[in-house]
Amino acid sequence: MNKLVLIAGGSTLVYAVLALVMGVLPGIELSKTPPGPGVEPLTSLQARGREVYVSSGCSYCHTQQVRPLTQDKIFGRPSAPGDFAYQTPELLGSERTGPDLTSIGERQPSQLWQYIHLYNPRAVVPQSIMPPFAWLFEVVDQAPPGVTPVPVPKSYAPAHGLVVPSPDAQALVAYLLALKQVKLPDSSAPPAAAGAAAAPASAASPAASSGYDAAKGQALFTATCSACHQASGEGLPGAFPPLKGNAAVNDSDPTKHIHVVLHGLQGEALGGVVYASPMPPFGATLSDADVANIIDYERSSWGNHGAPISAEQVAAQRAKSQ
Amino acid sequence: MPQVTALPSAPPERDERMLVAVFCAYTATATLWLLFATAIGVLLAYKFGAPDFAPGAWLTFGRLRPIHTNATFYGWASLALVGLAYYVAARSCRTRLYSAKLAWIGLALFNIAAVAGTIALDLGFNDGNLEYREWPWPIRLIFLAALLVTAWNLIGTVARRTTHDIYLSNWYTVGGVLWTCIIAIVAILPWYQHGLGQVSVSGFYMHNAVGMWFTPLALGIFYYALPKLLSRPIYSYALGVFAFWTNLVFYPIIGSHHFLFTPLPWWLQTTAIVFSVAMLVPVWGGSANFLLTMRGRMRTMAHSYALMFIFVGVVGYLVGSTQGTFEAFRSLQEVWHLTNFTVGHSHLTMYGFVTFAIWGGVYALLPLATHKEPSQVGLTLHFWMAVVGSFIYVISLSVGGTIQGLDWLHGAPFIQSVIDMQSYWVWRGVGGSLMLLSHVVFAWNVWRMTYGSGAPIEPDRRAAAAPESPE
Repeated sequence: MNKLVLIAGGSTLVYAVLALVMGVLPGIELSKTPPGPGVEPLTSLQARGREVYVSSGCSYCHTQQVRPLTQDKIFGRPSAPGDFAYQTPELLGSERTGPDLTSIGERQPSQLWQYIHLYNPRAVVPQSIMPPFAWLFEVVDQAPPGVTPVPVPKSYAPAHGLVVPSPDAQALVAYLLALKQVKLPDSSAPPAAAGAAAAPASAASPAASSGYDAAKGQALFTATCSACHQASGEGLPGAFPPLKGNAAVNDSDPTKHIHVVLHGLQGEALGGVVYASPMPPFGATLSDADVANIIDYERSSWGNHGAPISAEQVAAQRAKSQ
Repeated sequence: MPQVTALPSAPPERDERMLVAVFCAYTATATLWLLFATAIGVLLAYKFGAPDFAPGAWLTFGRLRPIHTNATFYGWASLALVGLAYYVAARSCRTRLYSAKLAWIGLALFNIAAVAGTIALDLGFNDGNLEYREWPWPIRLIFLAALLVTAWNLIGTVARRTTHDIYLSNWYTVGGVLWTCIIAIVAILPWYQHGLGQVSVSGFYMHNAVGMWFTPLALGIFYYALPKLLSRPIYSYALGVFAFWTNLVFYPIIGSHHFLFTPLPWWLQTTAIVFSVAMLVPVWGGSANFLLTMRGRMRTMAHSYALMFIFVGVVGYLVGSTQGTFEAFRSLQEVWHLTNFTVGHSHLTMYGFVTFAIWGGVYALLPLATHKEPSQVGLTLHFWMAVVGSFIYVISLSVGGTIQGLDWLHGAPFIQSVIDMQSYWVWRGVGGSLMLLSHVVFAWNVWRMTYGSGAPIEPDRRAAAAPESPE
């Protein structure tokens, strides 16, 4: 009997101490981490959206943690302890089958895009393997007052009726759009660009001014622009404007084109259509050379024939608008 | 389910019958969970290539994924290992089960928890604490109750042993159940886990729930079944004791290696890495012990599928755990973390090690209990489909996961990593389907060994099967 007490009791005692030191005490201590400056709790609608996020298992494919590694820079600045103060249950995730969502509200701020993408991800990203969340939507004959129908592209839309988001979908998208990183006070680098931010200053380096790199331009366009404007450059009718045949893209004066990429655009009529979704500004996240590569790619693709531009022109315009 | 009470005065045959009935029932229900969990797994694998297939809320990826992992962990592996642990405890202590009634209560509680957990997750009630902590906490309380009942029963059985020593297997099984009770309590208590604090608890839980539950129980099976099958003692009993204590001290510390590069304190992450390396001591020590016990008996091995399963299990333990140490290095984690490589790793360990260990134990011990053997065809089909299937599974995800990680490192657009994975996901599905087929055969084998009519075991094994009389 004594031997049993020694083995079972002794090992359990050792384990209890280790569990206390490695599990419970760090848990207690770290739970006291104060929120970072500017980190706010979610509104009740956003909090409900977070519950939909959890119950739908979004975090099995999407992380919410930005590591201080080069490959994570596209998702924002490295996560700080204060970012997680209001995040229970934690949703850091263990797998990135889809992209990190820490700053998805900044990277993809279009509510319309989020709705279309949730309804069927392949309607906006053809190669996506994300499940469709059509059950979060209703198909109705007439949209209820105050609810805008989702402009799902024809080949993905139901044969009859309008697609409107359910309250759960509205909450989920409100939550996704609230996912933004608070700028750290001690860092002058803008979010999402610890590395890229250094680039504008060194835009005059030989590599940056060596001209248009078609492969890089296409890769940057795919990563940054194609979710809305589509790989075909045709956009989505009624949701996102086309770049193919776009006046600003084909204008020999690139001022407008550069300005829109750097500073975004909202509420302006393009080809007689006013688009509901704002285009986010990319000035803070992309270097001059990257902006030039993207613009040159757009100006030389899909039958467009705008005059190519250089990183210096981007730098000049950036300086002018500051 | 026979409701029999273990009276101290019960005749030996009756004790024996109860032990066998308990062993059979745990193994049979575990097998049903294995079939269910694998079927869900194959459906999930299929969805990677056909994301619009079965699109409803109840069959969506995000709800089925935790159902697959939790059913595997708490349905299949937990039930099967507890069934084996009971049999090993009673046999190696040369006594009867302390209480068959408690064993039946435990069986019911484990299954109720797994059924309730599955339904809850499918309805969208997810506690949100990845990984395998997703069941709503009242359901995890049921699981904890099952653990406590099991601990009580195992300790009671070992306490009434007629041998002088406590055989090593029972150190691992009794210890594993007791430690897991602590893990379950640490995980359930909600008051101290918020935000970043919960991240650190998740890291702790994630690794302890596998390393202090499945690992010790599976090792306990090795320590009993291997000498039994080979009719020779374990190579070094002292090495087994050494591995027990080092495993106990090192394993609980490595959990935070799941959260390297997060805002968790740097000391916590670095300590986890250091002890991930230290884990090589119990892993290599334990593996060497098993392999040296098998040394020179390759001919016997080739004639016994039970031994072949255990051999694969030992290799899975050695390779999977060593791989885990390497994954914990910051330099390699930069490439592999958050990719499908991790999924390959978890299958190498939970499948290549734990599941093969269970199969080895079941094929070694269940015929001794019931005197019924599965057919040779069934054994052959099960073994080779499982080995080849899991090999394809792990290799495809390891290679694909590496490519995924390199895509990110090279700054390719994110969608490129999804496109590049496609063919590897197809191969994963092929491997997974073979694994599912092998499980159907396993279910047939279990049926023949338990309630069906299997071939009677050979006379020379019958001697080993006879209830060991107290010394």
